Amino acid sequence: MSKHKLTQLKALEAESIHIIREVVAEFRNPVMLYSVGKDSSVLVHLARKAFYPAPLPFSLLHVDTGFKFQEMYEFRDNFCEEIGADLIVRKNEDAIAKGMNPKEFGVARCCGALKTGALLAALEEGGYDAAFGGARRDEEKSRAKERVFSMRDEFGQWDPKNQRPELWNIYNARIHDGESVRVFPISNWTEMDIWSYIREEEIPIVPLYFAKERPMIERGEMLIPYYEENKDQYLEGEEPVMVMSRFRTLGCSPCTGAVRSDATNMDEIVIEAAASRRSERETRIIDHGSNSMEDKKKEGYF
Amino acid sequence: MSKANLDLVKEIELLRLVTVGSVDDGKSTLIGRLLIDTKGAFEDQLMAVRKKKGTTTISSAAEIDLAMLTDGLSAEREQGITIDVAYRYFATPKRKFIMADCPGHEQYTRNMVTGSSTANAAIILIDARQGVLAQTKRHTHILGLLGIPHLIVAVNKMDLVDYDQATFEAIRDEMDEYCAKQGIKDLICTPMSALAGDMVTIRGENMDWYKGNTLLETLESMSVLDDLDNQSFRMPVQLVNRPQTADLPDYRGFMGTIASGTVKVGDAITVVPSGKTSTVKEIVAFDGNLDEAFAPQSITLTLNDNIDISRGDMLVHAGEETTGEKSLKANVCWIGDEPLEKRKKYIIKHTTRQVKALVDEVNFKRDIHTLEEQDADSLAMNEIGQITFKLQQPLNCDSYADNRGTGSFIIIDSFTNNTVGAGMIV
Repeated sequence: MSKHKLTQLKALEAESIHIIREVVAEFRNPVMLYSVGKDSSVLVHLARKAFYPAPLPFSLLHVDTGFKFQEMYEFRDNFCEEIGADLIVRKNEDAIAKGMNPKEFGVARCCGALKTGALLAALEEGGYDAAFGGARRDEEKSRAKERVFSMRDEFGQWDPKNQRPELWNIYNARIHDGESVRVFPISNWTEMDIWSYIREEEIPIVPLYFAKERPMIERGEMLIPYYEENKDQYLEGEEPVMVMSRFRTLGCSPCTGAVRSDATNMDEIVIEAAASRRSERETRIIDHGSNSMEDKKKEGYF
Repeated sequence: MSKANLDLVKEIELLRLVTVGSVDDGKSTLIGRLLIDTKGAFEDQLMAVRKKKGTTTISSAAEIDLAMLTDGLSAEREQGITIDVAYRYFATPKRKFIMADCPGHEQYTRNMVTGSSTANAAIILIDARQGVLAQTKRHTHILGLLGIPHLIVAVNKMDLVDYDQATFEAIRDEMDEYCAKQGIKDLICTPMSALAGDMVTIRGENMDWYKGNTLLETLESMSVLDDLDNQSFRMPVQLVNRPQTADLPDYRGFMGTIASGTVKVGDAITVVPSGKTSTVKEIVAFDGNLDEAFAPQSITLTLNDNIDISRGDMLVHAGEETTGEKSLKANVCWIGDEPLEKRKKYIIKHTTRQVKALVDEVNFKRDIHTLEEQDADSLAMNEIGQITFKLQQPLNCDSYADNRGTGSFIIIDSFTNNTVGAGMIV
């Protein structure tokens, strides 16, 4: 009989650290995409563990749409300063100057310009050959089929029909000039794992994940956070009401819904996540439509 | 879940699982049953793939189009085929499961090898009406070759043979005999009806004659790490950590994932291939240093002597050294579009080391139908054979049968950079 037991969270942690170290060993110029959300918090924590006692051997890159929640910006700046991370922030300034927004231009065009466009420009500018992302296979069905090392051509695009088989824990990091990889070290984590790990490791997260009375627009079954500066983004006749609520996932404020919740601490969040019968992506406007995530990934989205 | 259960949940272990069999064996129904009964699929995901629009609740696997749930790519839905391995996640109060669902039709070797390489256990589906097919034997042979520690034969659709004990026992006996011939020891056969729910997560009332565990009980109770623990200590070095900061000017930490065995502070260590020796000073961790570490933990070690170690080297216990091999004999599953060519040079990636390798000899090709050894000069996609490589530099390795971590490698085409083969050292 075995005398050693590795809990499943520790097994996932070991796998993720192995992947992060392989990338740093084999690529010339890696960067870690940092979205400020809970998955990013876990990813950065794993990277710090991987290289302890040395500092992070790569920068964090935040692709900012300008539509993120105010609490996210505050958290990002404090957190990066506290852990001594080198933070790079990039925006699609052209599109922002032209007034890009989801209501007038549509969610697909807005994401295409402010997220994918800004990401591809930032990766090119930095000359990165590998970019870590915090995507998980349980999030969405096209992601369920994506490799840990996701090959991208010179345009940053994903070809789902032409993926490299991944065997054991041996990753093929060989690429041609101009190609790059997106690497997903937490591919095998579920939402429940993320919350349990944040609780166990006491990882700091944006306060929006904890329940509080917040002004919300009620649109059908969705709760859309109300912000004065976003008021052009709401539909006619929509008025805010105070709702005890929290966010299971954080994106852009006009496109991310909240959920009704009384979970004000990590214990309560883990209990709520265990009981939840709805997927977290349900609150993301971006995923709706027949195969929008796959389309976006083919265009170069992370 | 209650508050009292919170700390129990984090204690659960991880089991990596692979399912093989064709759609006709009821694989989708079985996966659906497991996901629904363990609440591994969310309501909004299930509702999106229900067969009858307008229903508001889903209670059985028959009500959903399972292929739509797992076929995540638009090309798969358009063509009604499964292109790739899909990963599914579910958990019980005892375990978390990562399930690689491998398509059973074309290219099964490629997909099976990919999905099975990290698995602790495999579920092989058999339709009770069909019995043991040639395909079942092929799948079992490949799983045996990949060294999956536990095989579970799920004899499904028992409801369609009136839950007949004799039918099940005939299939079980045939599989026992076949596996014994292959040297596969850990085999469990379970009769079930994934559609009706018998013996998957609950016993049901139709097979009182069967005294074994349900499928889920088996999955929850089988051992996960035993094999790794009892093997020699092996740690391929991924990186050398040299912070060179004011606080840590001379610090040198050796970072890697323990492939097998355990290591303690004070242990005598040999570096292969250099043969240099030292003792373990610290096992460094973010949350405080450890006295002992074990596979498959990712750790950082410091040593008491300043010796030359770099990526591609391996740390082992003194007295348990591997010998460097310049000629390598291995079972190879070929997964590249272009066939393996005799005399061609490839790149082999073994643990954290890459070497150039020449195909010296195709010893034989395994006929996937009869399992006979045949003469061959090459291997085409999805073929399996035994190859002898000549290596530019020696590799420190174990046999795959002894150690999956240090006995496996991938073959890379140096022109396309694609992964074209999976190797298991003989």
